[in-house]
Amino acid sequence: MNNQRIAFLAGFGAVAMLGLAFASKPLYDTFCRVTGFGGTTQIATKAPETLSDREVTVRFDANVANAPLEFRPIQTNLPVQVGAHSLAFYEVTNTAPNDISVIASYNVTPHKTGRFFNKLECFCFEERIIKAGETKKLPVLFFVDPAMNEERNLDDVRTITLSYTFFQTDDFPGAAKTASLD
Amino acid sequence: MPMDEIALDHGHDAHDHKPGFFTRWFFSTNHKDIGTLYLVFALVAGIVGYTLSGLIRMELAEPGMTFLIHLVSVDAESIRAGIIEAAVNAGNVGAATDASVLAQVNEAILTAKTEASKSFYNVVITYHGLIMIFFMVMPALIGGFGNWFVPLMIGAPDMAFPRMNNISFWLTVAAFALAVLSMMVPGGNGVNGFGGGWVLYPPLSSTAGHSGPSMDLLILSLHTAGIASILGAINFIVTILNMRAPGMTLHKMPLFAWSMLITAVLLLLALPVLAGALTMLLTDRNFGSQFFDPSGGGDPIMFQHLFWFFGHPEVYIMILPAFGIVSHIVSTFSKKPIFGYLGMDYAMVSIGAIGFIVWAHHMYTVGMPSDMKAYFVAATMVIAVPTGIKIFSWIATMWGGSIDFSVPMVWAIGFIFLFTVGGVTGVVLANAGIDHALHDTYYVVAHFHYVLSLGAVFGLFAGWYYWFEKMFGLKYNKMIGYAHFWIMFVGSNLIFFPQHFLGLNGMPRRYVDYPDAYALWNAVSSVGYLISLVATALFFIGLFEAMIRRRKGEANPWGEGATTLEWTLPSPPPFHQFNELPVVKTEGGH
Repeated sequence: MNNQRIAFLAGFGAVAMLGLAFASKPLYDTFCRVTGFGGTTQIATKAPETLSDREVTVRFDANVANAPLEFRPIQTNLPVQVGAHSLAFYEVTNTAPNDISVIASYNVTPHKTGRFFNKLECFCFEERIIKAGETKKLPVLFFVDPAMNEERNLDDVRTITLSYTFFQTDDFPGAAKTASLD
Repeated sequence: MPMDEIALDHGHDAHDHKPGFFTRWFFSTNHKDIGTLYLVFALVAGIVGYTLSGLIRMELAEPGMTFLIHLVSVDAESIRAGIIEAAVNAGNVGAATDASVLAQVNEAILTAKTEASKSFYNVVITYHGLIMIFFMVMPALIGGFGNWFVPLMIGAPDMAFPRMNNISFWLTVAAFALAVLSMMVPGGNGVNGFGGGWVLYPPLSSTAGHSGPSMDLLILSLHTAGIASILGAINFIVTILNMRAPGMTLHKMPLFAWSMLITAVLLLLALPVLAGALTMLLTDRNFGSQFFDPSGGGDPIMFQHLFWFFGHPEVYIMILPAFGIVSHIVSTFSKKPIFGYLGMDYAMVSIGAIGFIVWAHHMYTVGMPSDMKAYFVAATMVIAVPTGIKIFSWIATMWGGSIDFSVPMVWAIGFIFLFTVGGVTGVVLANAGIDHALHDTYYVVAHFHYVLSLGAVFGLFAGWYYWFEKMFGLKYNKMIGYAHFWIMFVGSNLIFFPQHFLGLNGMPRRYVDYPDAYALWNAVSSVGYLISLVATALFFIGLFEAMIRRRKGEANPWGEGATTLEWTLPSPPPFHQFNELPVVKTEGGH
């Protein structure tokens, strides 16, 4: 091979690695979603058909990163039968004098349970606006997949902690103006 | 391959036309001149990086904020005016001469200076790391010795793309200028420069941590340095694959050329990932993307993954050329071919390959699952196998050899010893369980300085004393060389060995101050720095002594053990060498 050809191939290798660096973003997201890596929970459309005798305790955790919010779970923990779907509530209050838009990030610990923790409905799926001074009740409809019983390295799991962190994504100047838009 | 079996033509001195000074050194396309430029550049950058490390050691010499506070300046006048004005407004009309108000002013100035010197310390450690890695070790080992000796060793007249070689060098200079500039512009937290550590983790490196232009300049600097290195890597790959002398198969190629080939491949595959991560950081900072911002669905941990996917191969990029140099020196001065040439080759290949799949051992504490830690522990430990092959092969080369303890040889043996110490602590740190206790302590600092500051740098000096006469055609004073070695050996061990104790006792790295319990070993470490300062002075004295005395160098000062092609040429080699290609006839490699 002549010099230019090898140089071109080497340059192509470098550009491919650059592309891979950027592809790592969607790949990382997909990887987490599929494998439940880092305690990424699953999204389900229907509840499982089997019900197991096993019971786990689901604990609820609420954090606020940088938003003027009061955020707390209404129940701190809930005994849940594996396979049964359960409903839990969080409560959030906007303490700022203006409307804000917020989004929650979430995961479960132990991380290895992420693949089996399914949400049918969650306030965390999309960004939402909370009006000045407003208090909202936020539901989470979830179940623990009975497939978990087949996994030997999850035999020790008695407790799963579901955690949310609220981030502010946007600020609205003044409540009145936004309210008048409704 | 003994020299007498290589067909050579030395008849090209007569038409050895060198271009004029400006054309020769600024528009350089000659691999030897560019190699020299890289070495000079690395010396300059090395002085800057070494001075920064001196600031660190002087600050840490004793507990308390004792040293950097004298180097920072604060706007004392506006602090004074502010406090006096507040006092006057509060009814104290004579505040400007009131002793208690003036004491208050002095205290406020001292507080401001203390805060500024804390931030300055962060800036110093950050730029010490970046400058030493990107502008000292890499340019010296790869740009300097690589450019000088890869073409000579493989019997090539020059690099494959001489003009691209010139671009690589001047981009590196530009990158260094940007890095120094970035130290002098606002970082965004009240001081100049970026103080988030050389790893550049967000959110410290995003606008939340450092909103000023310093970080943007630093990104630009590393982009430029990265492009320079990638172009250089392409040049080395093409040169080594296409321009070897007739008869020199890859399995007969000298080990230094092998180490440069592997280094170039690592550069080519690792640096674009850093470039990608830095570009994401740049768009996060300036164009509203949210790659590393959790409020927008990003993940700061992803930066750490990308960074270390580059960062781990990067440490091998810095050490592999030193491996190559040490192999030559050990073989030359034991007067034996290297033990297990092919094993040495493929040990480097496997170190390079495995280096790409162990990156997360730098981030055990981010909260990764145990299974993943188990994998990264195992993969990391595997690297000890090829590294052990190298260490034992060097020892086996010396075993039964007729050893000449010349200046380069003592540096090479020093390298083997110190690198082994750093390697052993590396195996300790590879264990996730232990790392949870030692992560970001001085134990880690001691570990990576043993492999880099004492490993790679001792390799660098070994190469310097091995090839000095060849490069410049001058003999250095051996006594100065030995003195440089012994004083450097004592000094740098005194700096870094006590840091193991500090780390095991829990002293965190990157902190500007520490409790009195850590005072003793920090003092010892700082004394070690002063000793290394003497050694560094001797290095420059040796350089200038050789330049002034001008003792004419020989083509091959090292005798029968020096079997690679560069020793078949006069010292310094002609401006253009190998107009007629040398033919390698014998079996077996160096």
